[in-house]
Amino acid sequence: MIKLVPRTKKSPIISAIIPILAVGLTMIFGGILFWILGKDPFETIRMIFWDPLMNETFADYARPQILVKAAPLILIAIGLSFGFRANIWNIGAEGQFIMGAIFSGALGLAFYPQESVLLFPLMIFFGVIGGVFWASIPALLRTYFNTNEILVSLMLVYVAEQVLAAASIGFLRNPEGAGFPGSRNLSQYPSAANLEIISGSGIHWGVATAFVSVIFFYILLYKHKFGFQVSLSGMSPKAARLSGVNPRLLVILCLALSGGLAGLAGMFELTGPAGQITIDFNVGYGFTAIIVAFLGRLNPIGILFSGMLMALTYVGGELTQFMLNLPAAAIQVFQGMLLFFLLSMDLLVNYKIKLARF
Amino acid sequence: MKKIINFFLTLSGILLLGSGVFAADLKVGFVYVGPPGDFGWTYQHDQGRKAVEKAFGDRVETTFAENVPEGADAERVMTQMALSGHDMIFATSFGYMDPVMNVAAKFPNVKFEHATGYKRADNVSTYSARFYEGRSVIGHIAGKMTKSNVVGYIASFPIPEVVRGINAAYLAAKAANPNVKFKIVWVFTWFDPAKEADAANALIDQGADVLMAHTDSPSPLTVAEERGVFAFGQASDMLQFGPNARLGSIIDDWDPYYIARVQAALDGTWESTDTWDGLAPGMAALGGFHEKIPMDVRAEAMNLAVAIAGGRTHSFTGPINRQDGSAWLAEGETADDGTLLGMNFYVEGIEGDIPQ
Repeated sequence: MIKLVPRTKKSPIISAIIPILAVGLTMIFGGILFWILGKDPFETIRMIFWDPLMNETFADYARPQILVKAAPLILIAIGLSFGFRANIWNIGAEGQFIMGAIFSGALGLAFYPQESVLLFPLMIFFGVIGGVFWASIPALLRTYFNTNEILVSLMLVYVAEQVLAAASIGFLRNPEGAGFPGSRNLSQYPSAANLEIISGSGIHWGVATAFVSVIFFYILLYKHKFGFQVSLSGMSPKAARLSGVNPRLLVILCLALSGGLAGLAGMFELTGPAGQITIDFNVGYGFTAIIVAFLGRLNPIGILFSGMLMALTYVGGELTQFMLNLPAAAIQVFQGMLLFFLLSMDLLVNYKIKLARF
Repeated sequence: MKKIINFFLTLSGILLLGSGVFAADLKVGFVYVGPPGDFGWTYQHDQGRKAVEKAFGDRVETTFAENVPEGADAERVMTQMALSGHDMIFATSFGYMDPVMNVAAKFPNVKFEHATGYKRADNVSTYSARFYEGRSVIGHIAGKMTKSNVVGYIASFPIPEVVRGINAAYLAAKAANPNVKFKIVWVFTWFDPAKEADAANALIDQGADVLMAHTDSPSPLTVAEERGVFAFGQASDMLQFGPNARLGSIIDDWDPYYIARVQAALDGTWESTDTWDGLAPGMAALGGFHEKIPMDVRAEAMNLAVAIAGGRTHSFTGPINRQDGSAWLAEGETADDGTLLGMNFYVEGIEGDIPQ
């Protein structure tokens, strides 16, 4: 019989090996899936993990694109990780991402076509405000009316999507857009554009911000009192209260932090890669970031890597679609497997497997 | 360890070579906004892709990427397609417009075909179909077939294309049956079978006995079949989803256009063009009429279709007033394409407002 025995000491070696093991298992089972679909499993897996990084045809373009795809995931996931550590569950980052984009976009469009160096920083500020505002609704409802922030934040995603639709066809619609939905293209409005830092790479200010955030929030989490309080509240709310943590304030701060970073990500995405407020502006970064946060073990540096891994599977997965005619759903299953193995392997971090006799 | 690494490097090298051996004269990529299994918009584009494969055999290789979100992701997918040696890319959704323009500027040798957009360049063509011509025909049938005089209309987004369809269907229905009323539900999605079904049920509950949809899934038709009312196939024929309910269908038939454009690219005669074809060349086609439609109505519908295709009738022929009662088209005047392309108003008689 197999028995699980809790580990008294967590082994750092096992913690480090497990993600690699999980990726290995995903490749094996994913390979079987691809083989069943009639594709060469080695070629498919090579194309997902190797070609975007190393294939000479794609790599020059795809390498920076991985960072561009990863940046919003990393920013949002870092914000979420603080709340998750303290058992404060913001599931609505997607909505906060949208509201950050709408707030900053509305500000930018209000000043169109005037040029000013102050506009972009002000839009960044408004992006954060938009996200914080949307996250403050579940925060205040939870602190004052004891509602469940999981449900409220999630439901507000759908409200935000309606606001987005209203903005695209109504108050932010491009007056020169021939009646089609969607705002003016902010990436073509110099003062509002989130420009490339390295020309031709696609790497924009949001990518730089994501990297800086990793360092900043790593320090905040491990070297600052706030990070300690967050972690303590998650492990033992009672102990946290006794040590002077105000649980209400913590809920508000954690939701504001995650909302603000999601709004920031929305702002950078709007003014850079996406360009326009459109009905389909949001493509699920806010939800994928939840997975990225857990894959990265709620640690900013871990999130940096898990964000890039997710981005790699997106970019590589696209290649397999039109190079090998693999259906998009197969890639989603493959991504799902990766998460499943990583999270289930976590068991080995906390438990030892013992074979015992009856 | 080094040996293992070497082994894998060699292996990947072999695989790399293997993938480059086969080469057709022309490699054509298709970018889809939905899944080819939607039995609507994307399904018909994929039928067009298959028609190209069938027409040219080994001379042309086709590939596709499905469920590609509009915006940054579309730009990346098209760039990777261009990098991987595609000579021609069909971008089959309106929202791919700016990404197409960006990628086309970077790859002047790749030919782009953008569906339903209005921005063009030397290597970017646009194409769309005059679906409103088909909507006039099914509008006529709807007007004749409704007993409750309420036609339910499931609309996706308030864009000119959809508004034009509502107006065309309403005018034809009204001409066929002066008592007809349209109830319109905006679902703000192109493809969400559950939401489309909810809308269909709501419309039937409000007394509609004929449904029209301008969304991509067959679910309104499935609901109509269950509830015993009539509906139409949209984008594809959809007969199998409502054998008793489906009165007719408007079919997006991209096959001839796709074959012609690929042929032009093969011949070296491809040029940037703007195509807006209707019933005449068959880009908007009609599915077979249901036998429940009386013979005389079928004949009227056929005559209308033939007259539109032959240019003898226009879906928008005056006198037509706008919803607010102001004059739009005088007696005998027909709408110009510019107004149609930007249509953002209802014609007189339609109740409710276009969401703003």
